[in-house]
Amino acid sequence: MSGTHGTQTTAGPVLGDTPPEATSATGEAGDNAAGIEAVGRVARTVMPETGVIADPTQLRTYECDGLAHYRVTPALVVLPETTEQLAAVVKACADHGVPFVARGSGTGLSGGALPRADGVLVVTSRMRTIREIRRADQRAVVEPGVINLDVTRAATGEGYYYAPDPSSQQICSIGGNLAENSGGAHCLKYGFTSNHVLGTELVTPQGDLVQLGGLAPDSPGYDLLGTVVGSEGTLGIATTATVRLVRLPEEVRTLLVGFHSTDDAGAATSAIIGSGVLPAAIEMMDALAIEAAEAAVHCNYPDGAGAVLVIELDGAAAEVEHEYALVERFCQENGAFELRLAIDATERALIWRGRKSAFAAVGRISPDYIVQDGVIPRTALPEVLRAIAELSESSGVRVANVFHAGDGNLHPLVLFDGEKEGATEAAEQVSGAILDLCITHGGAITGEHGVGVDKAAYMPKMFTDDDLDTMQLVRCAFDPGNISNPGKVFPTPRLCGEVPGKRKKAHPLVEAGLADAF
Amino acid sequence: MTTISLDAARTALADACREVADATAADAVDGVPTALVARPGSTEETAAVLRAAAAQGLTVVPRGQGTKLGWGRPPESADVVLDLSRMDRVLDHAAGDLIVETQAGALLGDVQQTVGSAGQRLALDEPVPGGTVGGMLATNASGPGRVAVGTARDLLIGCTVVRADGVVAKAGGRVVKNVAGYDLGKLVIGSFGTLVVVTEAVFRLHPVPAARRFLTVPFGAPEDASALVQAVVHAQVVPAAVEVEERADGSGTVGVLLEGTPAGVEARTATARQLLGAGTEDAEQPPSGWGVLPWTEQAGSTGLKLTCALSGLAPVLTAARRAADEVGVQLTVRGSGGAGVLYAALAADAPVDAVAAVVARTRAVCTEHGGSLVVLDGPAAVKAGVDTWGPVPAIDLMRRVKEQFDPERRLAPGRFVGGI
Ligand SMILES: Cc1cc2nc3c(=O)[nH]c(=O)nc-3n(C[C@H](O)[C@H](O)[C@H](O)COP(=O)(O)OP(=O)(O)OC[C@H]3O[C@@H](n4cnc5c(N)ncnc54)[C@H](O)[C@@H]3O)c2cc1C
Repeated sequence: MSGTHGTQTTAGPVLGDTPPEATSATGEAGDNAAGIEAVGRVARTVMPETGVIADPTQLRTYECDGLAHYRVTPALVVLPETTEQLAAVVKACADHGVPFVARGSGTGLSGGALPRADGVLVVTSRMRTIREIRRADQRAVVEPGVINLDVTRAATGEGYYYAPDPSSQQICSIGGNLAENSGGAHCLKYGFTSNHVLGTELVTPQGDLVQLGGLAPDSPGYDLLGTVVGSEGTLGIATTATVRLVRLPEEVRTLLVGFHSTDDAGAATSAIIGSGVLPAAIEMMDALAIEAAEAAVHCNYPDGAGAVLVIELDGAAAEVEHEYALVERFCQENGAFELRLAIDATERALIWRGRKSAFAAVGRISPDYIVQDGVIPRTALPEVLRAIAELSESSGVRVANVFHAGDGNLHPLVLFDGEKEGATEAAEQVSGAILDLCITHGGAITGEHGVGVDKAAYMPKMFTDDDLDTMQLVRCAFDPGNISNPGKVFPTPRLCGEVPGKRKKAHPLVEAGLADAF
Repeated sequence: MTTISLDAARTALADACREVADATAADAVDGVPTALVARPGSTEETAAVLRAAAAQGLTVVPRGQGTKLGWGRPPESADVVLDLSRMDRVLDHAAGDLIVETQAGALLGDVQQTVGSAGQRLALDEPVPGGTVGGMLATNASGPGRVAVGTARDLLIGCTVVRADGVVAKAGGRVVKNVAGYDLGKLVIGSFGTLVVVTEAVFRLHPVPAARRFLTVPFGAPEDASALVQAVVHAQVVPAAVEVEERADGSGTVGVLLEGTPAGVEARTATARQLLGAGTEDAEQPPSGWGVLPWTEQAGSTGLKLTCALSGLAPVLTAARRAADEVGVQLTVRGSGGAGVLYAALAADAPVDAVAAVVARTRAVCTEHGGSLVVLDGPAAVKAGVDTWGPVPAIDLMRRVKEQFDPERRLAPGRFVGGI
């Protein structure tokens, strides 16, 4: 196992040595070979030969996303260049009952873009045109494969940027962001992807094109856009996104604050938010995370810190001035022993480098690790952090904490050495116990990485059968044939009743005797 | 309903809910008479009412305080009014987490009072005073403040709903950040009671700013209004609201709200005054009519909601004015020029054809600029003679969503887009 992010997981079905091909979430190779053939034929007629991949070696390039523990070779990969090509492939999938999975840059951390062995992987990496930067409207219209940071780059000259900034923003796609409702450090103040995507052109699982939302807000009718954002590719494929552009702030101040303990740093966070100051970001790293970051990028964080906060204030200069004075005071009152203000862009970049490299940096201090993603109410931070420390101590499994402190989104990194007997299982147990902690504190099992294949099994811990069944009413409306990224998000698919179009055989659950057809 | 079925319905509902009464004329929904009013006191009781209604084949229209019950189209039928006003408690204000959990029948004003005691607010305006949280969600009501923090979709983080078949479901949760499962709250917002009945909601809160200042400046032509709005939104004054008002005589005012710290607001006011130019006034209190829906100021007038991309502001204002002038109908406009959401009133005495003409011509221009036009409220004759919702992209998908949630069309049938 390599030392990159997400090499392991506990949250979902623990696959162990079972090849994922054999699980219901991923389908079985060879199933509906005729259907795949037919989709391949359609694909080759609508797009260039290079956009259709059926060669087994080449197919393997796409076998996993950022959660590299799960690997499935897709039956077919297509790389459309236009909405029409993409829609034609999806239509062919619908006609032949072939499941499809959308993929942007493949950086997802919950296996959302894990292919189906019996399906088509639709990759958007050739749809990378920024169609419009509409300064007067404060909007951009982009294709799904466009890289997050490129939207900001294209808008900077106009004094604007795209606010949601996942740490992966140099490589992840807007389509993937939309599907995951991705967050980032600055979402504390500016909101998540769902607050910034105002329209999308969607290819439905039937292959139809629909426009949801657009340049103006409040489109009449149900807010289908709001439901599609964050639906992890299960309701169709987005072929454009109309996004909000945000004015670049007049002033930005980035501070690095050293504390003796996470308790102190947590108390400072609460004091800041409680006072009414809303920083653009408040990020926390504990001692172990700092150690890793130092080893990797030499970010020169305060010596001997038990925790650091990276706090960024932005906005109108006069407001930032005032907020800075308050933040400084709250940090000092809560035991800060060092407070550094970045004086220029280089210093600011250095402060952020430590934080943004944290996941990868952990690879320097541990051969393997699990990236967990859970949310708790902010006020529960000290308690939950202590509980995590206890878990770590009692199990002997090291846990590094890097997280969005402002909104209670934890990213515990559970360290282990896969070569050591029983270490993987111990780490998985700790990681799972952390999610349980989030749930018992009234939080959520994922704040930004999504459910995917990884946490589907955890959904019933957070939601009742009725809750899940109600969510799936939406899926049945969009995708009655259950072909759009099937097996993700929900532990058990709902049978949608009347399925328009072809149905070749009984629903797999019915066949397996796990459900009755009704 | 026949007398016999009314008796059966009354008995069935009374078994389900402690408070069931025969309806009076005042309970009619947008002119559609109703037979019974059920006032459940809990989510469970709401579910029981819906199960009973399902068993009896009754249509149901949810109601809060009824302040916006006349919005949308009149329902095809409304056997039962499901009155949520007994479910009026603010359940939990977690000040440290900046969230509030409330029953759907709670008055928005009560929620504001509760959270206000800790210096916080639910950052939603109340364009029609006296309404409930549920009504605000169902109609997606918004006001001037949407420029800074958005609308209900940006603030709702969790909800409890009852489906037409009486099944209770929750979505979201109590934390601001959460991507587990579909965000059903989004679907509920603006669904006009046609999808599910909301019984509880959880919102994120914001701190009440220490200082605020309202700036106003008159404008002559729509192009001037647009230029002022553009100047403000592209500057560094971070406006909380950018309003445009155009009175019946065509004269207008642009209004800007700045919120923040006293020193910050002071400095930004100076900058904004320069941007807005000569004739700018500022005050700590809102100018009269701030955030008031223009048609609520004159009984019987027709209320429109117009949306467009920001660059469409001048063309839309111009088109509406020209169309109204041509048919001789009095028009007033007020709304968020900074968000591209305007509200307009056409005078009460306007003939139906004239309204239809203004709607059609203005709608075309709104659509051209990426938006839409909806007739939200108006006299029965207008609603009957005008395409109130207009064309809706993705209507087929919306119908399928409705079919999944409410296959028997029990909830407020016909009130929403495309006859949903
Ligand atoms: C180092 C690192 C740091 C990260 N940091 C963050 C972070 O700070 N915040 C955060 O939220 N995430 C973070 N992530 C996770 C990941 O980058 C995001 O989830 C991102 O949005 C995924 O984008 P992608 O293009 O790689 O999507 P993919 O991984 O390709 O796909 C993700 C999901 O979206 C679906 N999908 C892709 N494109 C479309 C489309 N056009 N239409 C419909 N569905 C589609 C896929 O089917 C899949 O379910 C991080 C990942 C890494 C590796």
